[in-house]
Amino acid sequence: MYHIISILDFSREQIDDLLEKARRIDETTEIERSLEGKQVALLFFEPSTRTRMSFASAVSRLGGTTICVDSVEGSSIIKGETLADTVRVVSGYVDAIVLRHPKEGAARLASEFATVPVINAGDGAGQHPSQTLLDLYTIRQSMALEGINVGLIGDLRYGRTAHSLAQALSHYNVNLFTIAPNGLELPETIQIELNDMGTEICECAEVKDVIRDLDVLYVTRLQRERFPDSATFVNVQQSYQVTPQLLSGVRDNMIVLHPLPRAGEIDPAVDSLPHARYFEQARNGIPVRMAMLTEVMQ
Amino acid sequence: MTEGPPRQLLVSPIKDGTVIDHITAGEALNVLKILGITGTTNERLSIATNVVSKDMRRKDIVKIEERELMTEEVDRIALIAPRATINIIREYRVVEKKGVEIPSILIGVVRCPNPGCISNTEEPIESRFEVVEKGLRCYYCDNLITRDIARHII
Ligand SMILES: Nc1ncnc2c1ncn2[C@@H]1O[C@H](COP(=O)(O)OP(=O)(O)OP(=O)(O)O)[C@@H](O)[C@H]1O
Ligand SMILES: [Mg+2]
Ligand SMILES: [Zn+2]
Repeated sequence: MYHIISILDFSREQIDDLLEKARRIDETTEIERSLEGKQVALLFFEPSTRTRMSFASAVSRLGGTTICVDSVEGSSIIKGETLADTVRVVSGYVDAIVLRHPKEGAARLASEFATVPVINAGDGAGQHPSQTLLDLYTIRQSMALEGINVGLIGDLRYGRTAHSLAQALSHYNVNLFTIAPNGLELPETIQIELNDMGTEICECAEVKDVIRDLDVLYVTRLQRERFPDSATFVNVQQSYQVTPQLLSGVRDNMIVLHPLPRAGEIDPAVDSLPHARYFEQARNGIPVRMAMLTEVMQ
Repeated sequence: MTEGPPRQLLVSPIKDGTVIDHITAGEALNVLKILGITGTTNERLSIATNVVSKDMRRKDIVKIEERELMTEEVDRIALIAPRATINIIREYRVVEKKGVEIPSILIGVVRCPNPGCISNTEEPIESRFEVVEKGLRCYYCDNLITRDIARHII
């Protein structure tokens, strides 16, 4: 059985295939209803409205139906039961499971016990492959992935979307530029891994030093709780903000991405610039998730 | 170079059992921990730590009476004692000698240091690590343990 758990499980060919599949879905007017008569459980042990809506939309566009189970207060869906048992039971009701869970590795565990395909919709600070794939998809809409210069800015220590994107991009010989506040740098183990895969990482003190060389600027959220005090946070937030001035003189087809929701990292004045692709990126969650669902249901 | 005390005084001969020799100095207790041999199990044990050896500066030795360890059991110790040799003793003589090989997957040996990892919850699974060049990678959360592996042994 085929599950989608981690972007680390994907080879370059598999990524390319999936992105190509998403592109075909995106461009066709006659969507193949590959989930006709199928039911998908959206098991959300942690709230995530966007991801859930986007998966629900993807399922229904493919002709399938969803059962949504939410636990908004973080209470267990089926009280006192292990995830392993929940997944075994739910496997008997549906044709596929989309799982969001606060613990890292939850989706991997689920895939061991499920008797239907499992798609990881985010496990704690771990993997969120549909996000990574839609990030790649959005870049690919503007340029080929091979050899591009990608800047990662913001909280690179806890920002899992940046980790997974960097890992996926390491298949494409990209050059990475990291710009992170003190203490929020890319974790050492991830740096080592990326180096092992042949990816050069250049740590930059300030984004303005590299912005003109970039093809992609991937902005991640800065969270107040990661900083010792409000003053430090506000300071960093200001110096890290992406503004129209910062973007003056950048490459014509340079794009700015953000996994959203943003919290002041990007000045709204940037939204109208041709470089701003983050809303397009969010929209791309639909064809990418449709492609993922089609893939696991084959 | 100082001479160690005579070996015979440290550990007396055993009739049947297993001698784990050439254990990295200081790791004998961790080796026993990995093998699941604790003070509460029945084995008769002698342990010698920081013995001066010919080929290494210092080493630990563990002798277990009346138990012949299997290859699968002992390979798990390769992580912390890669140069260990396993000597099977019968009638006071070494009848079999083998090295240890690091297995490619470790199940139930190491606890994931990531508190957010699903393997640290009440789920019906054992911890699982893939042995990679840089260390151990958690099969569940992808966390990489690069140093101090012994500290994470269950
Ligand atoms: N009957 C026994 N009881 C206890 N320990 C023993 C017994 N026979 C051998 N040993 C120990 O087992 C280990 C291996 O014994 P062996 O005679 O093969 O020594 P060796 O030639 O030094 O081996 P190596 O080359 O592995 O160091 C040594 O540490 C030795 O002291
Ligand atoms: Mg010897
Ligand atoms: Zn783990």
